[in-house]
Amino acid sequence: MQPFEYMRPDDAAGAVALVAEYPGAQFLAGGTTELDLMLKDGVIEPERLVDITRLPLRGIARDGDVLRVGALTTMEELAADATVRGRLPFVHEALLAGASTQLRNMATIGGNLLQRTRCRYFRDAAVAACNKRAPGSGCAAVRGAARMHAILGASERCIALHASDLCVPLVALDAVVRIQGADGERSVPLTDFYIPAAADPSAENVLAHSDLITAVDLPLPPVAAHSGYLKVRDRVSYEFALTSAAVALRTEGATIAEARVALGGVGTIPWRAREAEQALTGAPVSLATFRAAAEAAIRDPFTVPGTAFKVELAKRTVVRMLRTLAPVPS
Amino acid sequence: MARAPSNASAASSGPPRTSVDVAVNVNGDVELLRLDNRVTLLDALRDELGLTGTKKGCDQGACGACTVLLDGKRVLSCLTLAAQCDGREVTTVEGLMHDGTLHPVQEAFIRHDAFQCGYCTPGQVMSAVALLKEGRATSDEEIREFMSGNICRCGAYPNIVAAIREVAGNGGA
Repeated sequence: MQPFEYMRPDDAAGAVALVAEYPGAQFLAGGTTELDLMLKDGVIEPERLVDITRLPLRGIARDGDVLRVGALTTMEELAADATVRGRLPFVHEALLAGASTQLRNMATIGGNLLQRTRCRYFRDAAVAACNKRAPGSGCAAVRGAARMHAILGASERCIALHASDLCVPLVALDAVVRIQGADGERSVPLTDFYIPAAADPSAENVLAHSDLITAVDLPLPPVAAHSGYLKVRDRVSYEFALTSAAVALRTEGATIAEARVALGGVGTIPWRAREAEQALTGAPVSLATFRAAAEAAIRDPFTVPGTAFKVELAKRTVVRMLRTLAPVPS
Repeated sequence: MARAPSNASAASSGPPRTSVDVAVNVNGDVELLRLDNRVTLLDALRDELGLTGTKKGCDQGACGACTVLLDGKRVLSCLTLAAQCDGREVTTVEGLMHDGTLHPVQEAFIRHDAFQCGYCTPGQVMSAVALLKEGRATSDEEIREFMSGNICRCGAYPNIVAAIREVAGNGGA
């Protein structure tokens, strides 16, 4: 591991400037991704770390029907928020379904959006073929042992999964990312924030080198008050998702009036399933409707032998989550 | 608490500095350390301060053996830079004893034989102390869920849950 500079600026503009002036610089927040990949896996080698953890970007403020979450708010802090618990149950559940309490005390909301894939080939510097680390070098995962990998937004060039639980309800919610860059501030909807690996394995998202996430805005639509997050995994706790579903549902009588659906464990980006929402909206509350929505959610998957099981598992995860929110006879 | 040392400030002129001065309160005593920027809190505790109660298991955020309290909250010391702890308070397993008496969680671990090889135990104990403070020990199911970040390869889990349940039932720690 190469030596690096450690800097701790006093304000966000100073932090952005310290990263902007130096190509080898990166931000350090909770460290659960950054230090893991630097100190332990050795697959990233920043020459300067700009510690942002003491910047005044922490805390949750309600402004009408929007919850502004400071980027340095921890996962535990957001999970404990009464508004999140009451108005956004799927966000609350996804937060507590992720990682462990120790990691949630460290990991920030801004950092969670930027967490890197758990693909073992990406995280092993001895593996030469990784289009995410070394564009054009190939993908070892598509020909190797794959299981915790993506089937949507994936291609033979890259099947690296975006493993965040939190981001799944956040894309369903139309959360907005607030960004401070070298040229000022801007906002980007989370659904436009990520770049699928099928388009460019190494790009990940729309952030420029010195862009800093300062906050994430969470809308509080009525539909989200009746929502849930279902995570299917190899062990019951402290494990990444094989598949997951974040669903919000509003019914009027026996008809679905409004629906939000997003999938985790299957996409190279947190996957908003608008086709499933269209299949649900205006349809009767029934098992047939739920199954049709699940079919619509998984369209044109790219699978390898190790991930083929996810196609059916993801559909059943969607159906189960829908049935939990709107019970129907079998 | 202590101000950020000058070499961790935002000044970017001059040659790159690869070491940092850290003033960190460990178990009630302020320790002044000059460390390579790469040193984790875990390595600073064990190698610089001789506090070897905190264990290095996976050293990669997966096992929980290195769990300590940072400003009262449980974190993984293997994924925390020592530099980030400047001006902050760290509690390790060595800091749990008061006036020669073990912490109630430590007593309960002994009573319930909540360990075999003992390597994960300091992390389990620190996590359990935090769990009780968080108010998350109201059922066995809840204890298991919120202790899941601490792995025990000997499989002492039932006895760990029993020890925590007992302390919680006695009004916590």
